[in-house]
Amino acid sequence: MSALLTRILGRMPIGWLQLVHNKGRLAAALAGVAFANILVFVQLGMLGAITATTVQPYSLLKADIMISSADSNTLEDGGNVARQYMLRALSVPGITAAAPIYIGKLSWQVDERRSSTLMAMALPVDAGDFISSKLRAQFLHLALPDTAIIDRGTRGGSPEIFDKITLDHPVVYELNNRQIQFVDTMLVGAGFTSDGNILMADQSFLHLFANRSSSAPSHLLLQVEEGASVARSIELLQQILPTDILRIRSLADAQADDSSYQTTERPIGIIFGLGTLVGILVGLVIVYQVLSTDVADHLKEYATFKAMGYGQPFFLGVVFEEALILAIMGFIPGILASLGLYQILEAKAGVPVDMTAARAIVVLLGTLAACTLSGAIATRRLARADPADLF
Amino acid sequence: MTASSPIIIKGLNHWFGQGEARKQAIFDVNLKIAPGSLTVLMGPSGSGKTTVLTLMACLRNVQEGSVTLLGQELLGAEENQMVALRRRAGVIFQAHNLHESLTAEQNVRMGLEVHGKGDVAQQSLAAKHILTQLGLGTRINYLPSSLSGGQKQRVAVARALAPNPEIIFADEPTAALDKESGMTVVKMLKDLGRLRGTTTIMVTHDNRILELADRIITLEEGAVVKDENI
Ligand SMILES: Nc1ncnc2c1ncn2[C@@H]1O[C@H](COP(=O)(O)OP(=O)(O)OP(=O)(O)O)[C@@H](O)[C@H]1O
Ligand SMILES: [Mg+2]
Repeated sequence: MSALLTRILGRMPIGWLQLVHNKGRLAAALAGVAFANILVFVQLGMLGAITATTVQPYSLLKADIMISSADSNTLEDGGNVARQYMLRALSVPGITAAAPIYIGKLSWQVDERRSSTLMAMALPVDAGDFISSKLRAQFLHLALPDTAIIDRGTRGGSPEIFDKITLDHPVVYELNNRQIQFVDTMLVGAGFTSDGNILMADQSFLHLFANRSSSAPSHLLLQVEEGASVARSIELLQQILPTDILRIRSLADAQADDSSYQTTERPIGIIFGLGTLVGILVGLVIVYQVLSTDVADHLKEYATFKAMGYGQPFFLGVVFEEALILAIMGFIPGILASLGLYQILEAKAGVPVDMTAARAIVVLLGTLAACTLSGAIATRRLARADPADLF
Repeated sequence: MTASSPIIIKGLNHWFGQGEARKQAIFDVNLKIAPGSLTVLMGPSGSGKTTVLTLMACLRNVQEGSVTLLGQELLGAEENQMVALRRRAGVIFQAHNLHESLTAEQNVRMGLEVHGKGDVAQQSLAAKHILTQLGLGTRINYLPSSLSGGQKQRVAVARALAPNPEIIFADEPTAALDKESGMTVVKMLKDLGRLRGTTTIMVTHDNRILELADRIITLEEGAVVKDENI
């Protein structure tokens, strides 16, 4: 290690030698950096899980444009959209098909002791084209009244429960006090606002939600002619529809807006975002503390080096060397521990918490930057190393 | 002779403290040091020996008067000029001030690296060579914590001498040592200095060292009271 650093630095690795000389302090510093890394990784992992779970339900849909009410930030919230706009939308050149989508929350009594909150999504049975291709065939079976496809990823469910459900042997459950046949399963996954998802035809949905009307769906989905510009179609729609009460976006934009809303405006997202900041601050403080103590402890030696003719750049170099070593050596246990915690979180919370290469790189770069910043602050003490004070 | 004098001091005055507490420590010192000589500064405690030495060695800013070190005026010198001058001088402190996490060899290499001459292997060889010369051949890879006081001070001497400085400043280099190892250190300084023609200025209380000196300057209350060539 020492020889390698000598090669890289072109000088003796004083910073490294100083760090390994005081093993206790080095261990504390590395634990600190690793801890800050874990904090940041867990927060980012949760933010990532929010994003991942937010976009999961969108994957069931196949549409180019979504029309929502102006106050709608997510699939579930906001007002309804008058179904009549569908016909006006269809008059826009390039728009080939339109379908209403109904979304609502309901409670599934899994057994005597457990219940799960489901996000119900419903489309007309003849709107199979708006369902993702891998689910389209199954969707057609929902033409029978009071049938539904249940999410195998639902929190509170279990493989034994889902394995019993087949087309030949539907299982009946009570939802919102009404008997519903689960005829099939799909895999979407639990989220932060619901335990799972359920897909049904609009008629079944309207039976379950007595206060909802077929003329007021949650959103309108549109498909654009093969090869036509979605952006251009949106422009045209915005010209003929009242944009003060409607939000007209591509489905991809709606999905992106939804995740950014979940991660930056909803309390859960803000908490994890702030947690990330706290992690960064903890790391900064720990590294600053370690480096400035180290500088203070070696003030006499630094002053001696100054008397020998070493200039300020040398001292900055030593402190930055220490900062970078701490950053890299602390990051390794930090990311390993985080990977373990991700597994635990995924198992316990039932949401996908995955490490991405981009996240690992960003956190590593952030750690390097934070350590360098701490190093820069710690070097202010170096100015006090005056050779004349040594005598 | 005059032209090549490594240190010329004219009308040097120095003060410590600010405002009311400001107190003059050095009064009108004038000196010219002969190249290659061993000059000893002596005098009672508080007489200004260390102050004069640090002013000459470019370790403290000159306030009034003129100090010319190796042909460079120190009054009003820029930081980068001072850094360059410090590299041409070797300093040995009362305390050894070795870096605790560096071995004897690495400490000596620090004295060489600052000059940027030679590669790691050459510097390492030079460091081992001088440590061996100073009788520390078997202690090359020891950390300061496993060396005796005398050995540590010899490492400090090796560190100062290794880059072959033009001038050496030493402030009571033997104070922390017992008599025997103190004498060894000073003899080495003297021998190596003579061998290389290095000028040495040393503050000391040790009477036995006086026998080795070429010139003895005595300070009292910040002024030169006696100046003898031997
Ligand atoms: N940093 C300082 N601040 C204020 N006064 C100082 C400082 N350094 C030295 N002095 C004063 O300057 C005078 C000369 O001190 P100096 O250290 O040069 O004496 P010295 O001859 O080296 O003494 P000693 O033999 O004790 O080392 C003393 O009166 C001392 O109190
Ligand atoms: Mg003194």
